[in-house]
Amino acid sequence: MEVAVIDAGGANFGSVCYALERLGAAPRVVRDADGLRGMPRVLLPGVGAAAPAMALLRERGFIEVLPRLEVPLLGICVGMQLLFERSEEGDVACLGLLPGRVRKLQGGPGLRVPHMGWNTLEMVAPSPLLEGIAAGASAYFVHGYAAPVTADCIAACTHGERFAAVVARGRIAGAQFHPERSASVGARLLDNFLRWMPA
Amino acid sequence: MLSRRLIPCLDVRDGRVVKGVRFRDHVDMGDIVELALRYRDAGADELVFYDIAASPEGRRVDRGWVERVARLIDIPFCVAGGIRSVEDARAVLHAGADKISINTPALERPALIAELADAFGVQCVVVGIDSVREADGEWRVRSHTGSPDAMRAPGKRTLDWIAEAQRLGAGEIVLNCMGSDGVRAGYDIAQLKAARAVCQVPLVASGGAGAPAHFAQAFRDADVDAALAASVFHSGAVEIPALKQFLRGQGIEVRL
Repeated sequence: MEVAVIDAGGANFGSVCYALERLGAAPRVVRDADGLRGMPRVLLPGVGAAAPAMALLRERGFIEVLPRLEVPLLGICVGMQLLFERSEEGDVACLGLLPGRVRKLQGGPGLRVPHMGWNTLEMVAPSPLLEGIAAGASAYFVHGYAAPVTADCIAACTHGERFAAVVARGRIAGAQFHPERSASVGARLLDNFLRWMPA
Repeated sequence: MLSRRLIPCLDVRDGRVVKGVRFRDHVDMGDIVELALRYRDAGADELVFYDIAASPEGRRVDRGWVERVARLIDIPFCVAGGIRSVEDARAVLHAGADKISINTPALERPALIAELADAFGVQCVVVGIDSVREADGEWRVRSHTGSPDAMRAPGKRTLDWIAEAQRLGAGEIVLNCMGSDGVRAGYDIAQLKAARAVCQVPLVASGGAGAPAHFAQAFRDADVDAALAASVFHSGAVEIPALKQFLRGQGIEVRL
């Protein structure tokens, strides 16, 4: 299956493409909105900051197209944060596909920020995206900002505060962790996304 | 709960993993991808590849092997050695590495840390520090540690450098305690504790691991986020699955 991987200026779209290839999919790196035409699945990875990523998405015409997209979309890490209304990181308006605001992780004694490493997933709502992933399974996180646990949250994670680890609403999904670097748990999430038929 | 990480460090030369005996006489240990996958299957949480030739020979890291590793490995990995500029780092990150680690080039030009953090975000930027306790009881850094003849003492206090590196944008610190390195008598807990007190970002212990108890000590007593080791893992003296079971039995959070 072909999957459009949006180049939002992050450095990790290469590893996301490799992960898709390991699952037998055919990633296509897309640098402008026209490239999304006819693609059955879209992935929005992102490493870096929200504001420059939004600026780049605007410049390349994605901001108008992504909300009108009719195929499944998966945001990863900052790419998931961009799905929400706003991010505190650079105080920037985001895509607004999911309600809520992304906030800075507060940290605290013994709680380092950025939140970096393997942390456990808490299942919040059943979803075909989480099939085969056990409660308490570990995924690899690297981030300093996080999305709130809202009605769209299907799996959560806790680092001092509780935040959304996986979200899904309609054809929109997001993972705060890096599935491409989360061993078999990450591969399963990506594979589930490739098979996902949102109602 | 966030797990404590175990990180095998692989020395790379010309796309092969090598083992050095006191910096010289490198023995070929095998194909880089094969070894990387073996550690991944054993449950390594992350890998560090140290290009031992790039740095002393003034060469860039060869992105060919970085890409080969990135295609097959599905855990995070960091590349160290031979990264002196934003462009060097970009090539390695675009080849698929998750983080880059800089040591001597950061000491020579601390602004490099800020440039890398601005370009790629702090989560990509690891600052490696080689440190020794000097006669006056102070820990001070060493640079050019890739070869014994080239090693220098820039005079910087280790704890000052940890603070400065964080201020500039280091997202993680790897503290290699040279006094305990290669001796397998345990991590330098006193130094790691002192470092922890001034380090708000993730701190990785390096140098001295010889037995499972040493890892437990570093996590429990020095509160480090991760422990890096090379020879004990390569020799099989400590097996990662058994080490993780041991650590969990000690009440230390690990990924099983």
